[in-house]
Formats: sequence, structure tokens, C-alpha cells
Amino acid sequence: MNPRDAILQSVRTALKRGELDETRRSALDARVPQHTRPAQDEDPVARFVRKFESRAGTVERVADRAAVPAAVDAYRRRLDLPARAAVGAGLKDLAWPADWQIHHDRAGIEELLSVSPALAGIAETGSLMMAAGPDSPTTHNFVPDDHVVVLETARIVEYFEDAWAVLRARPQGMPRATNIISGPSRTADVEQTIQLGAHGPRRVHVILVG
Amino acid sequence: MEIRSKEFKERAVFAIHDASLQQALGKAGYGFVGKRALQVAELPEFEQLREEAKNLKDHILDHLDHYLERYEQAVVAAGGRVHWARDAEEARRIILDICQRVNAKTVTKGKSMVSEEIDLNEALIEHGMEVVETDLGEYIIQLAHEPPSHIIAPAVHKTKDQVSDLFEKAHGGPRKTEVPELVDEARRVLRDKYFRADVGITGGNFLVAETGSSVIVTNEGNGDLTQTLARVHIVTSGIERVVPTLDDATLFLRLLARSATGQETETYTTISTGPRRADDVDGPEEYHVVLVDNGRSKMLAGRFRDMLRCIRCGACMNHCPVYGAVGGHAYGWVYPGPMGSVLTPLIKGLDVAYDLPNACTLNGRCQSVCPVKIPLPELLRELRHLQHQQQLSPALQRRGLKAWRYFATRPKLYHAAEQVAVRVLSALARNGRIRRLPLAGAWTDARDLPAPAGRTFLELWQGKRGQP
Amino acid sequence: MTETTRRGPRVGLFATCLMNAFRPNIGFSAVKLLEDAGCTVEVPASQTCCGQPGYNSGDYDAARALARQVIETFERYDYVVGPSGSCMATIRHDYPVMFEDDPDWIGRARAMSAKSFELLSFLADVLGVTTTDARFEGTVTYHDSCSGLRGLGIKGQPRTLLAGVSGLEVKEMKDSEVCCGFGGTFCVKYPEISEKMVDDKVKNILATGADTLLGGDLGCLMNIAGRLKRIHAPVRVYHTAEVLAGFADGPGLADGPREYE
Repeated sequence: MNPRDAILQSVRTALKRGELDETRRSALDARVPQHTRPAQDEDPVARFVRKFESRAGTVERVADRAAVPAAVDAYRRRLDLPARAAVGAGLKDLAWPADWQIHHDRAGIEELLSVSPALAGIAETGSLMMAAGPDSPTTHNFVPDDHVVVLETARIVEYFEDAWAVLRARPQGMPRATNIISGPSRTADVEQTIQLGAHGPRRVHVILVG
Repeated sequence: MEIRSKEFKERAVFAIHDASLQQALGKAGYGFVGKRALQVAELPEFEQLREEAKNLKDHILDHLDHYLERYEQAVVAAGGRVHWARDAEEARRIILDICQRVNAKTVTKGKSMVSEEIDLNEALIEHGMEVVETDLGEYIIQLAHEPPSHIIAPAVHKTKDQVSDLFEKAHGGPRKTEVPELVDEARRVLRDKYFRADVGITGGNFLVAETGSSVIVTNEGNGDLTQTLARVHIVTSGIERVVPTLDDATLFLRLLARSATGQETETYTTISTGPRRADDVDGPEEYHVVLVDNGRSKMLAGRFRDMLRCIRCGACMNHCPVYGAVGGHAYGWVYPGPMGSVLTPLIKGLDVAYDLPNACTLNGRCQSVCPVKIPLPELLRELRHLQHQQQLSPALQRRGLKAWRYFATRPKLYHAAEQVAVRVLSALARNGRIRRLPLAGAWTDARDLPAPAGRTFLELWQGKRGQP
Repeated sequence: MTETTRRGPRVGLFATCLMNAFRPNIGFSAVKLLEDAGCTVEVPASQTCCGQPGYNSGDYDAARALARQVIETFERYDYVVGPSGSCMATIRHDYPVMFEDDPDWIGRARAMSAKSFELLSFLADVLGVTTTDARFEGTVTYHDSCSGLRGLGIKGQPRTLLAGVSGLEVKEMKDSEVCCGFGGTFCVKYPEISEKMVDDKVKNILATGADTLLGGDLGCLMNIAGRLKRIHAPVRVYHTAEVLAGFADGPGLADGPREYE
């Protein structure tokens, strides 16, 4: 017997039954989970900002998308970074300043700054939902020290379940990676002392649009 | 990892006298316990979630074959491959084959307890590959050539000084002494490995049948760099980790970080679904999932089934006073603390891990914090029952139990013996206590024995009241 | 003895093997508290042990033998009450499990379980006692024994009852709910680990500045008192029942025998 069949057989033997019939299997496939969600009574945008900031993330608000490049430029100047970034193709329509060097490719080891559009924001925990793809490559989320994320307030949902609904609605299906990001990278592995910038970005800055 | 659970007693004693370990355990213990308590206080629905999580796990286990098949279908539909491994050896061979096929030289690893369970690293190294643990705690113990001492914080037993020593020796360069510098150095060294890796191996907190995804949670982002930059992504996971849908995974996610580290959420929750798509500019070209049985389907059949609910949060060991006294290494294998004391005998043998279920007061604190309500003390007692039935317990103990049963089921004899004992002990006592008692050194080495009152209660009662 | 027509429940006192041998005063305290609350108390002479040592060592057969004996001895009473969370949790929780595959005994085990109570929770939860008229001069700290706490939900009841004792002040210790390291045979099978655990407990007790330790389980109390005495700490140890009954006027655990005529 091949390992797959052996394991499934072992499972069924343990459960003291044979294979489930089609009716039962269809019923399981049609099952709709109903789990308790932690109550929220806050404005989702305010909650998102509060929670994200509580984890050393930073947030600024701009009126519209057109203001994003200037905000990013101001950010990089504050940190004395060069005018260079890996930018998700989902933001290529923006008018970047002429002196800027932009590319939409994967982030290389020398990359210092990336700018990505978020697919959604989750107010429950103050988290960003990033979907892998040319619009926001995964390496942009993890390689550079500084990660700037553009999030439209209209994309902020209350719960994880709402975010999954957004994923399911995508015509292209699930992305290779869905990253739920709740702040800069951190570790407490040395004497339980929290240190930011373990492997992922040291700083995550959200530009909230709208 | 060589199992050294037979050395539990000796290692426990040393651990108690190891000052730097005690210092590290004290810090960690209070951190995890206190932070979890705060999270629980802030979430009114916490108990409700625990009950739902237990029920959901039971539902999954009742239909494990169905969900595993659905999961496999979805992985394949997303362009991935699923491999099934009956035991550790089979799992190692599968992973070795994949790595050798792609001529892997460097393999990076996110944290995966299953990969330790199957002794993966040694097998890859034996075949000439460089294996790099990227979780900072795992990296530290890899440098130290030690096993993890905690399933969430593997280097919890190490002090900052010890980490400085390890890094200085492994990386060269000037010795770093402060935490930010140490973490920076690790970041720099590991970044290079990520970009050179041919294969990235991660674990799977959850496997989602709906989408064919594996879910990992980290604070560091190491699992993400591991899987995204390598050409091949391999997920190693126990078969019991499958959940029906993303919404179901969410229920567990709401409990996991709170229970493990006392955070509302870990920094990164990553849902990986298949290899890179045609239009992706990054991501692995191959996505493999190795489903590991290694005794789990057998566990499903018996009185230890509830152990399969475990989501590997570590809350049990954080709250266990025995773990708190001796740390993780005393347990001698991959899984320490209460959950390790159930799993190790079941996977490796009741004899090899004899002490683990017995070095427990059955105080129940573990069960009270388990997010999926595993009745750990009951399971530990069941293991003792099996050990008793298989006569693995010391002969002295079995004789003692026989004698106790003999007397206790014969009240007149029992009371007569008790009356003698009480009089003898009272005679030996000075100022109400006995400082030294032959054959009772295990008690009197560390404690005085409070003296009895010269008569038993039942004797005195008879005297006072005439009859019951 | 003539059966007086007394209203109130008929209680069989479960003495516990430790109390019977080491601290009869707790038994007399328990009887007084129960009688003051209106119960008729009987103490079956043939009782020995609840079976826990066998059960926790995995010798289920031996445990069942003891359990059958306990059930036969005590099932005639309205209630079975004992001054120990540990023993009473065994009867309440473990007896039904021990006999779950035994159709002859499962009914009796469940019936026994339903009417078995630890003393302090019986007084507070079943009889509704909120105070006794005891006096005790001292600052007290409280150890929450594990089986009583987690097995039987005993936490508030002793504190409520102690609140009514005049002269007594309670100072909670850090980690009052953490195991003291007794654990039945654990303390002699793994003595070094037990010693570390009891040492931590003693440190927490001393940090409160209390002059008295109370608790509801004699095993724990003997373990802690034994350690306190070994390091010559000036802390008295009593079972809560002794204080509540006003019988804590004599020596505490390990302090010297109480004189009995």
C-alpha cells in the first residue's frame, strides 16, 4: 500500500469506520463555520490605527492617492534614505518625483526601501493584508529595512473573516502568499528583551489614504 | 535528535542548581504567564473561544481523512505537491530526495517542531548540505549544538552573555554585548543565507483544506524570507494540523498568540498557497507539503486522542511548575513540559521516557490554560497506567502498591498498623517534628516531618463519642 | 448512641488517611463546624483511604478496590464530607471515571460523587454558612491547594469564611495558586524538584510577612510546614478548619503535639 493510502486507512481504522459516503462528504464541504468573534465597538479606521501604532508601526493620513509620492519622499528624507525604492506595480500609476529611482521587480539584498499597496486592513488586530503578485511582491514586505504601505481607508475591514472574503472574491484566486502584517519585525529570543528588526523590516509606515 | 529522556532525574537536579538557567527561566516564566493573563483579561470571549476551539478540533479529528483529502486536492489545484510520510524515516527520505533533485547546497529553515521530531537536519547535513535555522532562538541553539528547550522560545535557557559568546565564536569580529547589536549581527548573517538558499523549509501551524494553504505565524519574518527567496519551498507538518477553512483557522489564531507569548497577534501570519504564479516577480518555483503521521493516526484510536488537539502554543509548559523548575532540556527530546510528557512516551516509548509522565504533581494548571482544553493530567495518569500494566515501574513501587492495597482493604489491619506507626513516630518526635527518619530520606532531607499526636483520629473519636 | 431526631443532613465524615494519622484536630474541627451548621455527623470506623495513591500511580485495579470499599461504607449518608480537596476530588471526579465500564458500580459511583464535598465548599456552597464565631489573632496567608482549586473550584469559600473570623487578617501571597510540590508520591519520587517547588512557595509566604499559613489540604500543609520548620521560619501552619472551629489555640503543624486526654 502506498503511504497515502496507508495513512488514510490508519486514520479510518482509528475512527472505527470506512470511507465517508458522498452525502456526508458534501455536507462537510457545505459546512459554514460560525465562530465567536471578539466584540468591537470602535470605528474600524481608528481601531486599525490605534492597534498598528501600539506595535511600533507608524501611520500618517493623506487625502488621496496623488499625495502618496510626496509622503513617501518626506518619509525617506526624515530617515536620510536615498530616493530609491522597490515599488509594487499596483502603485505605478502614481506620479513619482523625477529624481526617484523606482523599479517593480523583486527586492534585492541591497534594497533599503519598498512601497506596497495593501489589499486590505484588518481593524481587529490592526493588521495589513498583502497579496503576493506583481502589484505587491512578497520580497517587498520582508527584505528592506523600511516598508511603506499604502492603505485606502475604504479597504479597512473589521474582522479576519471579512478579509478572507476579500481574498475569495479575487478572480485570480488565492495569491502565492497572503501576508498579514501587524507591525515591524521583532524578536524576544535574547533574554526576553524585545528587539525590532529581527529579519523583516525595522520600520513599517502606513500611508492611510482617504 | 538523540533521545535522552532516561537522564531526566540527573538533568533535572543539575538544572535546579544551574544558576544561569534558573535566572533565564525566572524571566521567561513571569513574562509569558503575566502577558497571557493580561490578554485573557482583555478578551471577554476568551473562555467561549476555548470551548469552540476544543469542539472544532474534535470535529476535525472525527473527519480527519476527509479534510486531509480535500486539503491535498486544493494543494494540487494551486500547483503544489503533497507527500505522505508514515514515519520519520520516510519523511526524511522524501525531503532528501527533493533537495538532492534540485542540487541543494544551502537549506534555510523556519521553525518546525516536526522537522526536529523526524531528525531532519542531521540527515541533510550528512548528505553535504548546509542547514541554517533562521528563527533567532533556533539559530542560537544550532550554534550551541543544543536541542530546543521550549517549543516557542527555543533558546529561553540562554543568557545574553552566552549568546554573545556563541556569536563571537561563530561570526568572528568584535564581541557584541547588547541585545540590539546581537540581533543586528544575526540579521546580517542570516540575510546572506536567505539569499543563497536553494530550499526553504517551514512548518505549518495550520493546513487549510479550503484553499490548500499552509499557515505559519512568526514575530521575526524569518519563515517568510525562508519560503520566498529559495527556489523550493517545503512545508513539514503533522497530519493533525489540517483545518477546514480560513475562518476555522481564525478561531485558533485568536487563541494561539495570546496563549503562547501573550500577544494579541504575532507580527506575521502568512498563508502560503502553492508555488509562484506566472506573473509573480518573486516566490518559490516549487511548493511541497510533507504530511507526517509518525504515530498520530494511532493516537487517534485510543485514550490519547485529545492530545491531537494541540496547537503547539507552549502555554502548558509556561505554567508548569515542574518545567519552571527544571527547564526543557531535562525532558530529553523535542517536546518538553506537559505536552512533551504526553507526546514523548507515545512517540518514542513508555520505557525510554519513563520519568516524564511521573514527574508531575497532577496539579492541573496546564489543563486550565490549554487553549483547546486538553486534559493533560488525565493523559499523564493514563500513561502511568500503561507503565504499571507493562510493569515498567520500579519493583519497589509495585511491591509498595501491593502492600498498600492489602492493608487498605483490610481496615482492622490497616488501623492496627497505623496505630503502631503513629505511636512510633510520636515517640521519635522532638518539639512536634522529626528531623531525620531512616528510609524516609526523600522527605526528611529537605523537610521536617510534622509529628502525629500519639493517637489516630479514629481512636480518639471512638474514645470521645463511643461509636460512630 | 441513640439517634436523636435532629433536623439537618446526615453527614459521613471522610477522615482521610493523612488527617487520621497526623492531625486529628482537623477531624474534630470539621465535626464541630458541621454540627454547628446543623448536621448530624457520623464517622465510620472502617474507613481507610480514598484510593488516590493507587489511582495516580496507574494501578486502577487497586484504586477501584478502595473505591468500592469507600462507596459501600459511605453511600448510606446524605452527604460525604472531608477536610481535603485532594481526596474529595478523587471521589467526585475520579470514581465515576474508574467505573465507567462497570455497569454494576457506575450508578453507585455517580451517586457517591454527587453527594461528596470538600469541607469548606460544603459549608459555604451547600449549607450557606458565611461565618463562624471564631477568634484568631494573626496575619494569615493562604495556599490554594491544586486539586481543591482546579478540581473542585475552591477559592472564594475559605476566604469568605475566614473574613468572619475576628482578629484575623488575610494577606495574599504571590502565586498562591501555584503547586507547592507535594503531589502525593511526587515529593518522594522527585525530591529535588519538590524541594525547589516548596522553597519557592516558602519564599512567597515569607514575602507576605504573615505569621500564619492556612490551607485546606493536609498533604500540602505538611509539606510546607515541614520546610518552614527546617529553615526555622517563624510561621505557624494550621488547616483552615482548625481556625474556623476555634481549635487553633494549640500548636500548629510541626510545632508540637496537641494534648489529648
